[in-house]
Amino acid sequence: MQRIGVFICWCGSNIAATVDVAKVAEEIKKEPGVVYVKDYQYMCSEAGQLLVKNAIKEHKLTGVVICSCSPRMHEATFRKTAKAAGLNPYMLEVANIREQCSWIHKDRKEATEKAIILARAAVAKVSLNTPLQPGESAVTKRALVIGGGIAGIQSALDIADAGYKVDIVEREPTIGGKMAQLDKTFPTLDCAACILTPKMVEAAQHENITLYTYSEVEEVKGFVGNFDVKIRKKARYVDETKCTGCAVCTNKCPSRKAGNEFNCSLDKRGAIYIPFAQAVPNVAVIDTEHCLHFKTGKCGLCQKNCSANAIDFDQKDEIIEEKYGAIVVATGYQISDVTKYDEFQYTEHPDVVTSLELERLMNAAGPTKGVLLRPSNHQHPKDIVFIQCVGSRDTTSRGKCYCSKICCMYTAKHAMLIREKYPDVNVHVFYIDVRTPGKNFDEFYRRAVEQYNVDYIKGMVGKVYENEKGGLTVRAVNLITNERVMIDTDMVVLAAAIEPSAGVKKVASMLTASIDTNNFLTEAHPKLRPVESPTAGVFLSGVCQGPKDIPETVSQAGAAAVKVVGLLAKDKLVTNPCTAEPNELMCNGCSSCEKVCPYGAITYVEKMLNDRGIKETRRVASVNSAVCQGCGACTVACPSGAMDLKGFSNKQIMAEVDAICK
Amino acid sequence: MQKTAGLIKKRALELLDDGTVTRVLAWSRSEDFIYEVSPTFFDKGNIDKMIYDSFCAANLSKYLIRACKEQTEGKILAVLKPCDTYSFNQLLCEHRIDREKIYVLAVPCTGMIDNDKLKKAGFSGVTKVIDKGDSLDVFTPDGSRSVAKKDVLLEKCLCCKGSEPMAYDEKIETDSKPFETQDRFACVEKLEKMTPDERFAFWQGELSKCIRCNACRNVCPACSCMKCVFDNPGSGVASKANSDSFEEKLFHIIRAFHVAGRCTDCGECSRVCPQGIPLHLLNRKFIKDIDDIYGEYQAGRDPASRAPLVDYRSEDAEPSIVEERGN
Repeated sequence: MQRIGVFICWCGSNIAATVDVAKVAEEIKKEPGVVYVKDYQYMCSEAGQLLVKNAIKEHKLTGVVICSCSPRMHEATFRKTAKAAGLNPYMLEVANIREQCSWIHKDRKEATEKAIILARAAVAKVSLNTPLQPGESAVTKRALVIGGGIAGIQSALDIADAGYKVDIVEREPTIGGKMAQLDKTFPTLDCAACILTPKMVEAAQHENITLYTYSEVEEVKGFVGNFDVKIRKKARYVDETKCTGCAVCTNKCPSRKAGNEFNCSLDKRGAIYIPFAQAVPNVAVIDTEHCLHFKTGKCGLCQKNCSANAIDFDQKDEIIEEKYGAIVVATGYQISDVTKYDEFQYTEHPDVVTSLELERLMNAAGPTKGVLLRPSNHQHPKDIVFIQCVGSRDTTSRGKCYCSKICCMYTAKHAMLIREKYPDVNVHVFYIDVRTPGKNFDEFYRRAVEQYNVDYIKGMVGKVYENEKGGLTVRAVNLITNERVMIDTDMVVLAAAIEPSAGVKKVASMLTASIDTNNFLTEAHPKLRPVESPTAGVFLSGVCQGPKDIPETVSQAGAAAVKVVGLLAKDKLVTNPCTAEPNELMCNGCSSCEKVCPYGAITYVEKMLNDRGIKETRRVASVNSAVCQGCGACTVACPSGAMDLKGFSNKQIMAEVDAICK
Repeated sequence: MQKTAGLIKKRALELLDDGTVTRVLAWSRSEDFIYEVSPTFFDKGNIDKMIYDSFCAANLSKYLIRACKEQTEGKILAVLKPCDTYSFNQLLCEHRIDREKIYVLAVPCTGMIDNDKLKKAGFSGVTKVIDKGDSLDVFTPDGSRSVAKKDVLLEKCLCCKGSEPMAYDEKIETDSKPFETQDRFACVEKLEKMTPDERFAFWQGELSKCIRCNACRNVCPACSCMKCVFDNPGSGVASKANSDSFEEKLFHIIRAFHVAGRCTDCGECSRVCPQGIPLHLLNRKFIKDIDDIYGEYQAGRDPASRAPLVDYRSEDAEPSIVEERGN
């Protein structure tokens, strides 16, 4: 019989206000095996932990149940406590009476009753616990960064500077990401290219960094410290080692139909192109969809004109296989689809643009060489209307419920830049709220209003339509004066919501990293582990985790890098002993478990077994415990219940269910 | 059918003679009743007892599991109807049988008789049945009478998967024409249209007839565990299933979950149930849901295919589908 001690935490008033902890203590004392019960204000505090330690020693406890917050919060803490008192740390269970009880119930009686039930289940489980010993696994001292925008570049540079090898995988032909497309950056108005391109070059030249541009992660296997990754390096049809970036080919290319992605398709590029002048690597790439050679077999002008002999129409995709100890996801964002907002005429009128398009229209390297012109007639605009929150803070199904966070600031920036350069242009901004919490942010916004006289109007725009003068009319309501507003304007700029990049779902599923309902990657803990994914060895950098501006992205990228470095600095990792184990006599060898195992930890062996006297060779499952992550998928897939998870055995779970249903 | 039986027997004898196979898995008939047909192993000594006619409904695939273990050398000749080959493939896919030890002789089928339906149609003491395409001539001591096939065939045959075998080393072909089949999901849709209370009452009514003879489990080719969870006190399931009057419901529902995604819809569970419980409906509901959610999938069609329930694709339905589909 186990000697079980139950410790009930008040969590200040977090638990005690809703759950009658004394009553829980009184009831749980009656459970079989329970020899000691104690409630305390803060069990996780040093004094609380001491209570646990002393009780383990004094009452010779063989099992411990802590009724407190989620095990994700403090299971590790209390396991250490148990270990310090000489108890096997896996002889401890946490009953979550906070997140799953006190926080979600109002009625004290009901909550108390539920807390007792949850405690009872944990006692039933711990009665069947067995001491477990963790193993060790080696760490591959190399990191992978998925995404080569500012987030990925910063994380990679920081990891590389700490002395570890890093590979950046970027699906576009160049690194740089969205920041490379920006003109100026708030709140200091320094030019994006001036601060980004040196970092791009630094990344490319760093001895510890390898760039895989125009590449995508194809497959991820393994686990923390030991990821096996396949990277597809897409064929550029240009030999990277030979191309000098002279751009002769891009000028000679007769195909001029493809939209120039870098300029948000506001102009055209050749079928062979270098995304922009400062691209890294500065190497051309052929877009086979538009290339005449690939379409008709003719042309080949680029090849004829390339003095470096770099054009290779026969180039094939290449698969690179590499091992990594840690992975940083820095897949960034994209502008959400604004075409569904019919009322703003985005698809109908060329003078209605998104903010990112405006960036390109104001950038010296953009389609208008930095001169702000109306896309429709290339005339100088006299009035510009900005509409905020297009798709953000929109709880209907067409929008995003969250705040995209960067729009208020970049709109203030745009308004200010326009007023500075073209004082004759009237700038109106329609907003719901102006959100400027950040260092020097509010000062920046006030400058737009006070110094540059930008016309901020609180209210949402109902409709934009083309007027008889060929311009646009914006119809809205001023919520402060409660009056209808009609503004004739030359351009409308939509602050479109940002959303995680397309493809993040694929990346997340390869990494078994979780994503939220908006496809942002979930952090291990929103406050205490914001740059770690719940999947060990996977870290988050930049907007893939949630909307953020450049300063925040860079800080988070650095934080993710520190976590990676902390991991790579270790020679061995302690592995989770809660791994799967088959009962060979019950195993059918049906392969169900092998098929569902996301880690490839299960293989099959032909084994001579003695099944109560019957000796025969059977095909049975075999788990590589160094690879098994204890997810439990196999245990539910096994039709015979032959597969069990140590620490979460079928019997233990059944005992919990029984205790709950008692 | 008689002609087919002759061809099978001839071929089986040839294969036994030339040493391709050492024994034959097919059907034999008791001397007492025409419908008393049993799966049987034959060798040269008793091959004359082998039969094949409209009473040979039993799916022989599952018998190969044990036979493969016992077979030390040579092959077993397995006589399989087209629908049996689905189960055969599924067992291959689950590594329960050894393809190398089996020689599959696929045989044509024109539908198998449900003896209970025959009785209900007023036939007793049947002595002979002659297949006439869409109808059968049934002989009893009172004379002979014709009956439409759709009135006396097994449910699984009315929803026949088709005349093409999914696996074979050799097949016997005849010019028998396929008959019109029914939509196998119509019966499930009827259940889905019920209110939860009605549905509960329906299953309560059906499952309370269960006598826990385990025939459904024992005949089921997907139920091939070394040790069934219901026979394993350590699993904790058996005691639950025996704890109260819900036991039969629990037994059948757990069994349906266990075979979900692996069930080929061979219909043996309902065929062998002495209480006439339409057990196949539970499995078919799973099949229909899998088809709806993950795209059409037929277990046993291709042994190399990945079954949706043990496969993951990024385009798979999200868990929210549970809420979207309701009850």
